[in-house]
Amino acid sequence: MTITESTNPTVDNGVNVEALLGAREALTAAPQAARFKFAATNEWVSGTHSRTTVNEFFGLGEAQSHRQPYSVDTDHPEIFAASDNGPTPPEMVLIGLAGCLTAGVASVAQNRGIQLHSVKATVEGNMDVGGILGIDPEIRNGYSGIAVRFEIDADASREEVQAVVAQSQKRSAVFDVVTNPTTVVVEVA
Amino acid sequence: MNNARTTDVLVIGGGQAGLAMSRCLTDRSIDHVVLERAEVANSWTTERWDSLRLLTPNWMSRLPGFSYQGDVPDGFMTARDIATHLDTYRRSFDAPVRTGVTVTRITTSDGQHLVETTEGPWSVRAVVIATGACSNPHVPSIGADMPDYIAQVTPIDYRNAGHIGDGSILVVGASASGLQIADELSRSGREVTLAVGDHVRLPRTYRGMDIHWWMDTIGQLDERHDEVPDITRARRLPSLQLVGSPERRTLDLNTVAANGVDLVGRLVGRSGHSAQFSGSFANMCASADLKQQRLLRRLDEYATMHGLNAELGPAERLEPTSVGRQALDLDLRSVGTIVWATGFRPVYPWLDDSLLDARGRLIHDGGVLTVPGMYVLGLPFLRRRKSSFIDGVGPDAQELSTHLSGHLDRAFART
Repeated sequence: MTITESTNPTVDNGVNVEALLGAREALTAAPQAARFKFAATNEWVSGTHSRTTVNEFFGLGEAQSHRQPYSVDTDHPEIFAASDNGPTPPEMVLIGLAGCLTAGVASVAQNRGIQLHSVKATVEGNMDVGGILGIDPEIRNGYSGIAVRFEIDADASREEVQAVVAQSQKRSAVFDVVTNPTTVVVEVA
Repeated sequence: MNNARTTDVLVIGGGQAGLAMSRCLTDRSIDHVVLERAEVANSWTTERWDSLRLLTPNWMSRLPGFSYQGDVPDGFMTARDIATHLDTYRRSFDAPVRTGVTVTRITTSDGQHLVETTEGPWSVRAVVIATGACSNPHVPSIGADMPDYIAQVTPIDYRNAGHIGDGSILVVGASASGLQIADELSRSGREVTLAVGDHVRLPRTYRGMDIHWWMDTIGQLDERHDEVPDITRARRLPSLQLVGSPERRTLDLNTVAANGVDLVGRLVGRSGHSAQFSGSFANMCASADLKQQRLLRRLDEYATMHGLNAELGPAERLEPTSVGRQALDLDLRSVGTIVWATGFRPVYPWLDDSLLDARGRLIHDGGVLTVPGMYVLGLPFLRRRKSSFIDGVGPDAQELSTHLSGHLDRAFART
């Protein structure tokens, strides 16, 4: 029932838990500062190939930016008659989910005093492309299901590792985005 | 105010918390009056469903200077039994209860609290709020988005399956209330979908002993508010998935699913005629199963450490919650009723906003409010894990009456 959290100074997963806990305390007192806005700009290159860049975002009450702009090219593989200049957008969703859950695993493990040695996640999304090709209106466009398998080597029991993975899902933004509906508004400028 | 009645302490609420405090004040010969909006133990007799029994066994109804005297210590009281138990308690020390009085406003100036009520004002030196944790059901904002043709009820309105109109039923929330109501409706032949979010799974008995005996014995219920690592989180913990029944049966997601209840994830939205559920069901179940395993392992360790293994049944491994391909939506046109078993949030419209946080919760440190001479009693994990249990409010009342007595002495010394 109670999760006993201990911060073991010898455990180092490269996560600054003190800073995160400090931020949590500060943002509890100042909820306005917790309102972030993330943004990306996308530009069409050719065919199904486009390039998305992230740099600026808003948070802690002011404009922020990454250390440098990051760009990702997305495209589709050759079997879709495309030139395959990068991952497909649905694969980007899997990338986002894996990155988010693994970041959570490292943070939660650090907070619980669990030393990680290796963390490997395999993410699989099942998709019937009959949906996006308009073959069958009963088939949804997106994934019909996503499965994540973690292989974790850590100084902890199997149950402790399972609990870390469970907690990581409870605090994951992308897990939430994928599992819960979100209102999306698209307009033409 | 010249026409105000006076006493030293006003206790607001005549349930287990108010009566426990009244007993402690009586023992200290502190003048006080208990104001009750209806009759003693009102919510137990008018705001609970017919089949409800206490989640804790009868022997676990200890109050300051009072305990269960019946013949079935391991049984579970019905709501009516609880009301009788509390009324017997009230009579045992002749608690000064004034019934049918509702508080409308409390203001404080110069250390005096002016309590306005439907029978006129009181001017007192201390106030104890004992209005309970479970009188105001919380309905999430999504309730307002639901179609008009669906009836919406809360555990306070629910009585029995016969009072629920035609159509299938969506029960939202899988803590004790939601699980019990879904189970009862399903057993009565109704089609029931249960939306499951965060929950705390526990078996009714473990190795032959009631789970509350275990938690009491290992001292878990006595864990204090100033000792747990994250009290805010501990106070938010959903109620345990339990039912009190003569046969001491276990009620969990597996048992209700076996009785035909359709399990889905947390209710997260509505799109047209569809209710939408979260895809996080598997993780909710995995988390609850892991926490249950951790607790049971702790019980096993305790039994070994204290040489109890010979007297107890063998250590048990419980079946994991069965997770299949949960539906992500439900056609609302087939739904006649939604039952919101989504917890309770006490409201205090008669208190000054400065006593409440941004979400309307009382700001308190172990029951001591920010204004000297004001206290609250009976909220979840107020001072210890069992604070909201009948069996747990007593120690809190003892400690807060000590604090309160000190306050009266200090206030007296200043005058």
